Amino acid sequence: MGLTKKDFTLLIIVAILCVFAPFILNPFPEGSAMAQFNAGYPDLMQRLVIFGIFAIGFNILFGLTGYLSFGHAAFLGVGSYAAIWMMKLLTMNVIPAIVISVLVAGLFSLLVGWISLRRSGIYFSILTLAFAQMSYALAYSVLTPITGGETGLQPKYTDPRILDGALEPGQTPRANLFGLDMKQSFELTMGDWVFTFNAGYYVAAVIMLVAFYLSIRIFRSPFGMMLRAVKSNQQRLNYTGLNSKPYTLAAFVISGMYAGLAGGLLVAMDTQVGAERMFWTASGEVVLMTILGGAGTLIGPVLGAGFIKYFENIVSKINKSILEQWFAFMPDGIEDLLITLVYPFIGKGWHLTLGILFMLVVIFLPGGLVEGGQRVGRLFKRKKPADDKPDGKTTPAE
Amino acid sequence: MGILEVKNVGKRFGGLQALGDVNLSIAENSVHAIIGPNGAGKSTLLNCLVGKLIPDTGSVMFDGQSVLGRKPYEINQMGISRVFQTPEIFADLSVMENMMIPCFAKRDGAFQMNALSSIPSQRDMIERAEHMLEDMNMADKREMHAGSLSRGDKRRLEIGMCLSQEPRLLLLDEPTAGMARADTNNTIDLLRQISEERDITIAIIEHDMHVVFSLAERITVLAQGTPLVEDTPDNIKGNPKVREAYLGETQDAA
Repeated sequence: MGLTKKDFTLLIIVAILCVFAPFILNPFPEGSAMAQFNAGYPDLMQRLVIFGIFAIGFNILFGLTGYLSFGHAAFLGVGSYAAIWMMKLLTMNVIPAIVISVLVAGLFSLLVGWISLRRSGIYFSILTLAFAQMSYALAYSVLTPITGGETGLQPKYTDPRILDGALEPGQTPRANLFGLDMKQSFELTMGDWVFTFNAGYYVAAVIMLVAFYLSIRIFRSPFGMMLRAVKSNQQRLNYTGLNSKPYTLAAFVISGMYAGLAGGLLVAMDTQVGAERMFWTASGEVVLMTILGGAGTLIGPVLGAGFIKYFENIVSKINKSILEQWFAFMPDGIEDLLITLVYPFIGKGWHLTLGILFMLVVIFLPGGLVEGGQRVGRLFKRKKPADDKPDGKTTPAE
Repeated sequence: MGILEVKNVGKRFGGLQALGDVNLSIAENSVHAIIGPNGAGKSTLLNCLVGKLIPDTGSVMFDGQSVLGRKPYEINQMGISRVFQTPEIFADLSVMENMMIPCFAKRDGAFQMNALSSIPSQRDMIERAEHMLEDMNMADKREMHAGSLSRGDKRRLEIGMCLSQEPRLLLLDEPTAGMARADTNNTIDLLRQISEERDITIAIIEHDMHVVFSLAERITVLAQGTPLVEDTPDNIKGNPKVREAYLGETQDAA
């Protein structure tokens, strides 16, 4: 596959995690107090891998070249709109929708990148942000005939759908892969545990693995080396006979296509789109994911995306009654105090929790979660030789 | 005809005439030094040669082709490599990667979309970079972070990177500035060895007279944006005009 042993092992580990995610993310039995920490339901699992793709792509631009785009949600949104129009006009099969979302996002990012890359540093970031906010404004109001404006778009039974043919009135069009419904799930009950295997999740996971594989190839290619050189010293690059502009533009378009792919997959899993997914907070979120996981590392963005999406869903689900349940064993006064203290950080306040986690990671682990993992790994490596020593006898230094 | 022909080049920054009317011819395979006091226009002249600045008047011809209006990377692809005053290397990359990048630039040109080929499969590029690292006596440092090299090693690496492109003209901007005497002497030896062993023209801007007189075959003295005199090192040493303008010895003091 053209990978070194280490990279291949990483890919295999990620593949295994993806395949067994329904088990791994559902460690707690159904109905138990810890069940709200389970993440093994289709909607969340799909989001984990889809935003993983988004962050992998963003990392190709930001992690390698150092160009910080603050407008990548625009490409995700454009991909989503392209996909939903494929579903309205052509077929509910997800393949054409996903392909067209990648292509349209690629073209759009070519335009935005061509203009924004005239500047670097903070000016580049501001230009991309301006483009994204313009796209949001267009989608939200001006282009309502194409984007559905405030209400967004959904496939309806009245849509032409040339390949599928007409639907009965009232029937809901369902996204499928050659007849396999994306929402179709198989539930496996083992004792108190219930594991859900969802068709859409596995389609998204396979695509994420391909995207991850491609990103490894890009990282290890001469092209990837040039992108790191852009980040390191653009002056030397230019005086070494290399034109940095097409390199950065290519990286920008590739990451835009990844964003478009993520947008197309979001539509394939949940057939609706609204302008809010192009809002600047969505662009900021992918920046957070990449930095939180570890910018410039292979696996970091995937971890960051998983981390943020997991906490977004889990923490925001916790409400006051769950807290009361947790702290019920404590004396009344302390229970109320704890609930008052914790309450602002749960439910709608989950952004506070995310903010604190983000600060902790950036301050103590500048290399992101990957650096955390490396530190833990080193800790174990240092311990090992000590454990190996026969019956713990060490010669004391005299 | 020299490999580099500078004719009537002038450059003005607002009210400051940085370069007056510079004529300069650098002969192929020679070592040519450009010296002059601070503010004489040495760096401005160099920047006009590599495409960082565009002169207001005059022409710069390299091997019969004009370099004016071309981007730095285009001029580099023509065969002019530049070594900077403070070593410009890819500090975040390994020494080996630093050396491979110019090899790729030489083979593939200014842009190549080889996003799916793997570096280990590029045997010829690896061999070339390894060979150059051996030439620079840096083979043992190949996996090191280039940013953690010593100042002298950074300079060696930068010179090696330029040489791996097989340039026809190597421009050096005060290559020994801020170096200890031992490092300076090493750099002089390295440059002398390069000029003897390779088919290369070296143009060097330098402040350090020791470096200039140990290396140069021809010397151009620049003062207030115009060339004062061009001659062999021995004649320059004895030239009273040079002593006055550059070495700071006025007639009165003498």
